[in-house]
Amino acid sequence: MEKYDNYIYNKIFKKEYDIIVIGAGHAGCEASLAPARMGMDVLTMTVNLDHVAFMPCNPSIGGPGKGHIVREIDALGGEMAVNMDETMIQIRMLNTAKGPAVHGLRGQADKKKYHLRMKKILEEETNIDLKQEIAEVLVVKNNKIKGVISKTGILFKAKKVVITTGTFLKGKVIIGEATFNAGPNQQYPANKLSSSLREIGLNLRRFKTGTPPRINKRSIDFSKMQEQKGENDITFSFDSSPLKRDQVSCYLTYTNQKTHQIIQDNKMRTPLFSGVIEGVGPRYCPSIEDKVVRFPEKERHQIFLEPEGELTGEYYVSGLSTSLPEDVQYDVLQTITGLENAEIMRPGYAIEYDCLNPNDLKLSLETKNINGLFSAGQINGTSGYEEAAGQGLIAGINAALSIKNKEPIILKRSEAYIGVLIDELVTKGTQEPYRMMTSRAEYRLILRQDNADLRLKEIGYRLGLISEKRYQKFIEKKNAIEKTLSFLRDFQVTPTPKNREKLKDLDSGALKKPVKLAKLLKRPEIEYDDLRFFTSKLPDVSKVIKEQVTIQTKYKGYINRQKAQIEQFKRMEDRLIPKQINYDEFENMRLEAREKLKKIQPRSLGQASRISGVSPADISVLMIYIEQKESEKKDGEN
Amino acid sequence: MNKMKEDTIAAIATPYGTSGTGKVRISGPNAIKIGSKIFQASSGKKLLQVESHTAHHGYIVNPEINNAVDEVLAIVMIQPRSFTGEDVVEFDCHGGMVPLESVLELVINNGARMAEPGEFSKRAFMNGKIDMAQAEAIIEVINSKTAKSLSIAIEQLKGGLSEKIEKIKDDAVELLAHLEASIDFPEDEIEGFDSTQLHQRVKKIEEPIKGLLKTAKQGKLYQEGIKTVIVGKPNVGKSSLLNYLLQENRAIVTDIPGTTRDVIEEYINLDGIPLKIIDTAGVRESEDIVEKIGVKKTRNSLKKADLVLMMLDVSQGLTEEDLKVYELIKNKPTILVINKTDLDQEIDLKQLQKKFKEHPLLWISVKEEQGIEELKNTILDEILHENISSDQDVMITKVRHRNALQNALKAVNSLKRALDNDMAHDFLTIDLKDILFHLGSITGETVTEDIVDRIFSDFCLGK
Repeated sequence: MEKYDNYIYNKIFKKEYDIIVIGAGHAGCEASLAPARMGMDVLTMTVNLDHVAFMPCNPSIGGPGKGHIVREIDALGGEMAVNMDETMIQIRMLNTAKGPAVHGLRGQADKKKYHLRMKKILEEETNIDLKQEIAEVLVVKNNKIKGVISKTGILFKAKKVVITTGTFLKGKVIIGEATFNAGPNQQYPANKLSSSLREIGLNLRRFKTGTPPRINKRSIDFSKMQEQKGENDITFSFDSSPLKRDQVSCYLTYTNQKTHQIIQDNKMRTPLFSGVIEGVGPRYCPSIEDKVVRFPEKERHQIFLEPEGELTGEYYVSGLSTSLPEDVQYDVLQTITGLENAEIMRPGYAIEYDCLNPNDLKLSLETKNINGLFSAGQINGTSGYEEAAGQGLIAGINAALSIKNKEPIILKRSEAYIGVLIDELVTKGTQEPYRMMTSRAEYRLILRQDNADLRLKEIGYRLGLISEKRYQKFIEKKNAIEKTLSFLRDFQVTPTPKNREKLKDLDSGALKKPVKLAKLLKRPEIEYDDLRFFTSKLPDVSKVIKEQVTIQTKYKGYINRQKAQIEQFKRMEDRLIPKQINYDEFENMRLEAREKLKKIQPRSLGQASRISGVSPADISVLMIYIEQKESEKKDGEN
Repeated sequence: MNKMKEDTIAAIATPYGTSGTGKVRISGPNAIKIGSKIFQASSGKKLLQVESHTAHHGYIVNPEINNAVDEVLAIVMIQPRSFTGEDVVEFDCHGGMVPLESVLELVINNGARMAEPGEFSKRAFMNGKIDMAQAEAIIEVINSKTAKSLSIAIEQLKGGLSEKIEKIKDDAVELLAHLEASIDFPEDEIEGFDSTQLHQRVKKIEEPIKGLLKTAKQGKLYQEGIKTVIVGKPNVGKSSLLNYLLQENRAIVTDIPGTTRDVIEEYINLDGIPLKIIDTAGVRESEDIVEKIGVKKTRNSLKKADLVLMMLDVSQGLTEEDLKVYELIKNKPTILVINKTDLDQEIDLKQLQKKFKEHPLLWISVKEEQGIEELKNTILDEILHENISSDQDVMITKVRHRNALQNALKAVNSLKRALDNDMAHDFLTIDLKDILFHLGSITGETVTEDIVDRIFSDFCLGK
C-alpha cells in the first residue's frame, strides 16, 4: 500500500480508477462519458446526484457560437446534442437571414428531463461509477496526481483527475443585503477543494455571474406579451430524428421607464454598486441594474420568459438577471407589462466563485504543473453550458489518451469553435467569464454549424466515440455531397429557348453561352430545386445535402478566401515548439516576450504568435532558436 | 536542413537615406519571374534566361504603362548560391529614396511581399546559409532592425497619418461591431442597418482611404515622371530653359522600343523627382498658338500635364494669345515664368498679378542664369502642394503604406459588391475584417479584441 504522509484519510477505496471526474455538470458529464466510451474506468463524483447535468441558469441551450459548439460535441461523439434532442420542448434556428455561418440553433430545455436522461446515461454506462461524494483534497505526489480524498475521508485513487466544479468552489450567493455560502441554486458549496488547489500551486481568481428570478406561470398575463413559437424539422444532433412533440412557447415583454426608476432609486442597495460583489462579472450577461446604469439612454430592455420545463409552472425571466434585494425584485417585476402580478418562486441572485487562471493549462486542458490533472468548464473561467461541455469532452478524451500514451487531441482554430475556445483561454486568458461568440472565430465561414460533422466526425470515429453505424451514415452523406457537387460541376446547361424562358421566369439573368449547373446555382435567386428543370438527372437528395451543396457552391469564393488564409498560417500552426525548451537561455530575446512565452509555454509558433506582448520579430527570434537547438541535437546524434 | 516553403519577399536592402546607389533585393521562388516582368535589359535578354551570378544593364519599366522608372544593374543569383539560399534578384538603382521606393513598389505590385525586418537573414539562416555561430548575430540584427524600423515607422506616422488611419479604423470597427453584435446577439434588440445606411457607412470608410491614396499619387508621379508641359509664344525662351535644365540635370533618358513620341520629351531630375518635360515643340514655329493648341496632340499633352510652365516675355506685353492659352490651362497647377528679366520691362505688373493671382509668378533670366534655382524650388513646391492639396493634410509616401491602403481599398470594393448583391451580413464582416487588417498593418495593431470590446461598449446585450 502506498503512503501519502501529509494526507489524512480513513480508508483507501478498493478500486483504483483510470480517471476521476470531480463534478457532474455539463463539463463533468462529457468528461466522464468520453473516456468511459473509450474503455476507461471512470469515477464521477458529484455533490448532489439530483443535480447531474443541472441547468442553474436559463433553461436553454444554443444560440450563435454556442449552438455551433453543441453540434461539434455531437460530431465528436459527445452527449449534449442527443440529450437535448431527447428532452427539449422547443427548438428554433436563429439568424437565418445573416448568412449560413452564423445560423444558430437554440433549444428550450426541460430542465428536469434533461437532468434525468443524462443521469440515466451515466448510470447505464458500465465504465462509470457515479457517486454522491464531495471532493475535498487532491492527492499529488512529485507533481503527479494520485487521487482524491472525499469529505467522508475516503481516498479514491486514479491515474488522472478532471476537475469540473463549475461555480461550486467557495460559492457565495448574494441577494441584496443577504449573502450566504452556497453553490448554484443553494446547493452545498465546495469550500475545501479551493485550498487544496491553491496548495498544489494553482492560481485562483474570483468570478461572478448571476441569474434572474423564477416566477409562477399562473401569475403571468401572457395575453399582453408577444408569443414566440418553435420550428419543426430541426435537431441538435446530426443523427437524431426531428422532434415529434408539441412545442412550448416563449414570450416577449419589455421593461420601461418606471422599471428603470425603481432600479435607480435602489442603486445603493444593490450589491454590485455597494461594493459587496468583488468578483468580475461577464459583460454579455449583465444584470438589469448594470444595464440600466450603463445604458441610461435606452428606453426599454427586452424581457424573455422561458418555461423551465413541462412538469413545472416555473418561468425563467430572461433579461432580468439581478442581485437586487428580494423586495426590490418584486417592485421591479410589477412595472413590467404582463408581470404586474408576478409571484416570485425563487429570487434572482448573483454568485461568486473561485476559478482557475486558464493560462495555467496546456491546450490539452491538462494543468502545466500537475501531471495528470485536467480541468474543464466554468472553473476554467468560461460561462455557459455549451462551453463547459465542449471543454469537458476534450479534457475527458485527453485524459484517456494520455493513459494510452497517445498524443492529445488539440482542435485547431480553423477546425472547430472548441479549438478557438481552448486556444483563447490558454493563450490569452480571460478577464471575465468567457462566452463563445461567432465573432471570436477568424474562419467563421469554415466553422459552420451545418458542417460540424464534415469537420469533426472523422476524429470522433477514430477516437471510438462515434459508432460504426453512425459513421457509415456519415460516410454515405459525405459521398452524396461529393457526388452531387461533381454533378453540378460537370453538367452543362445550354441556352435553348426553353431554358432561357425558365431563367426569365426565375428572374435570373439571360444565358448567352452554355454554363455548368454549379454556375447557375451560384446566382442568388436560384435554389437547388430550380435546377431540376434543366435536367431530370439532377440527384434527388435529402434536404440536408441540398443545403450543404448549396452553401458550398453559392459561397465558394468567400470560403476559398478563408481557406487560403488558413493555408497561409498553417506553416506557423504546424511548427511545434520542443517541449523541453528553456526560454531563459534566449538571452537575446526581449524580456517581456521571454517571460510571456515561459508562462504560456505555447505548443506551436502559431499559438506563440497569438500571445499578447509577443511580436512578429520575437517569433522570428524564437524560430531561429528552435532551428539552432534542433540542428545542435542532430549534430549530437551524428 | 529542410527548406521551408516560402513566398517571395522584397525590400530595399541598403540603409535608408540618400546615397550614391541603392539596392532592391527580391528573394524567393518567384524572384526571377517578378524581376523579369519589370526589367528590360539593354541586351534584350530576359532575366529568366540569364545565367546565375551575372550582372545586366537595363531599365526598370512599369509593364502596365511601359514607362521607365530607373536605370539599373540587375544581378541574378539562382538558388542555392545566394545570400538567402533562394533565387535572388538584386537591382542596383540610383540612390535616393524616390527611385528605390518606386522600384520596390513595382516589385510588390508584381507579386512579391514586403519583407519583415531581418527576414532575408532569417531565410539565409533557415536555409543553412549561415552557420550556428552567426545565429546570435542575426538575432541582434532582427532586434536592432525592428527597433530601427519601429522608429522609422513612428517617424512615418508623424504628421497625423496615424490619426487619420485610426479614424478610418474606428469607423470600420463601429460598423463591424454593429454587425457582429446583431449576429452574436440575435435575440437582443439591435437596430439593423438598411441598405442605404450601410452604403453610407461604407462610404465613410471608403472616402478617406481614397483621399489618402490620392496623396499617394505623388509616389506614382515619382515613378512615371511628373509630366511638365512648357507653353508660350515663339521665342519666349522655352527651349533655352529646357536646354539649361537639361545640361544641368539630365536624367535617365530612355529609349524603349514601342514608345513613340510625337512631342519632344526630356527627363530632368529635380531633387530625386523625375520631371518629364514636354516641350510643345510642334507649336513653336506657329503664328497662332491657340489654333495650334487646338491640334489634338498638343491639347492632349496639356490635358495630361501634371504641371504647366507658362512662359511669358518680360519685354512684351500680355497678348490676346497669352490669355487664350491661359484659359486652357488655368485649372492646372501652373507656374507663370516671366523670362528675359535682363531686358526692359514692358509687361504690366498689375495686370499680371490681377490676372494670374491664383498661380505663382516667377521672374527669371535664362540667359543670365537668374531665378532658376527659385524656379526649381517653386516647381517642387507646386508638385508637393498639388498632392497634399484639397482636404488632405497628410501624405502617403511609403510603398508599404500605399500598398496597405490599396489592399484596404480592394476590400472596400469587395464590400461594396457584396452590398450590391444583397449578401448576408456575415459576408460583409469578412471584407470589413480585411479592411481592418490592412489598415492595422500601417499602425501595427490587431483588431480582434477591439471588436469584442466595442460590441460591449456600444450595445446593451445579454440576458
